[in-house]
Amino acid sequence: MIRKIFPHPLLSVMLTVVWLLLVNSIALGSIVMGLILGILTPIFSAPFWPNRPKLRNPLMIMEYMAVVLWDIVVANISVAGIVLFKRNQDMRPAWIMVPLELTSPEAITVLAGTITMTPGTVTSMVAADGRSLLVHCLHTDDPDGVRDEIKNRYERRLLEVFS
Amino acid sequence: MAHFSEILVSFFIVVGGIFGLVGSFGLVKLPDTMRRLHGPTKATTLGVGGVLIASMLYFLLFEGKLSFHELMITVFLFLTAPVTANFIAKTYMHLKVKPSELPETSTEYGWAGYDDPPVEVTEQSEKK
Repeated sequence: MIRKIFPHPLLSVMLTVVWLLLVNSIALGSIVMGLILGILTPIFSAPFWPNRPKLRNPLMIMEYMAVVLWDIVVANISVAGIVLFKRNQDMRPAWIMVPLELTSPEAITVLAGTITMTPGTVTSMVAADGRSLLVHCLHTDDPDGVRDEIKNRYERRLLEVFS
Repeated sequence: MAHFSEILVSFFIVVGGIFGLVGSFGLVKLPDTMRRLHGPTKATTLGVGGVLIASMLYFLLFEGKLSFHELMITVFLFLTAPVTANFIAKTYMHLKVKPSELPETSTEYGWAGYDDPPVEVTEQSEKK
């Protein structure tokens, strides 16, 4: 019964919080409206996510976000240096293949989005069977090192978050 | 104190502006589409991020209220920017890049833009 009303409790909480953030106030009226949205939306959208992955290890999610934000700042500065001070003919762009251990489409989407948002690397394509990612790198002397860093820094943590 | 707040807010606006400028400069300077794609990721992360932090600080320090719209902007940017970049990359690769120029995948199946998915996978998804 409770599963029927709240098929996805986390989504309900998130929708309510997002609504409150959008309204930018915590008046009673907006809380009620947020709760209505948070309860109704998961019920009606349930057919769209039949095999959703379970999130676990909330601490690791926080750690992952912190690592990604830090990497974005560091990579921004180094890529700004490359764009400003490196001549185009000295640049060595490279295609990098990242073999995946993640299997759920949601987890792969998060990893691909993270790779794109950290400057210097853009996810370009996924393999037909979803077992590897194609990443374009702006400038690197060590393609294997970039691949290992993606696997060690991001994928290892995502493996612990998505079961 | 007000003086210090002004310096702090201006600092973040200037940082955001610099990274936005470098990102746009990258669009002009870099020679091919794949490399040019790297410019906007800088502009949307630290460029917009700096301005958003400045905006939050301004409302907190001068108007005395917490503003959360900036957090929502960050979330929406992080959801949409990678999708756009991926679409541009895929379109470019369809038109200009041959599969032989790319590294091999880790399994026998090729990249999704050039090769068909494994048969049993498509059958499964049709059954669902």
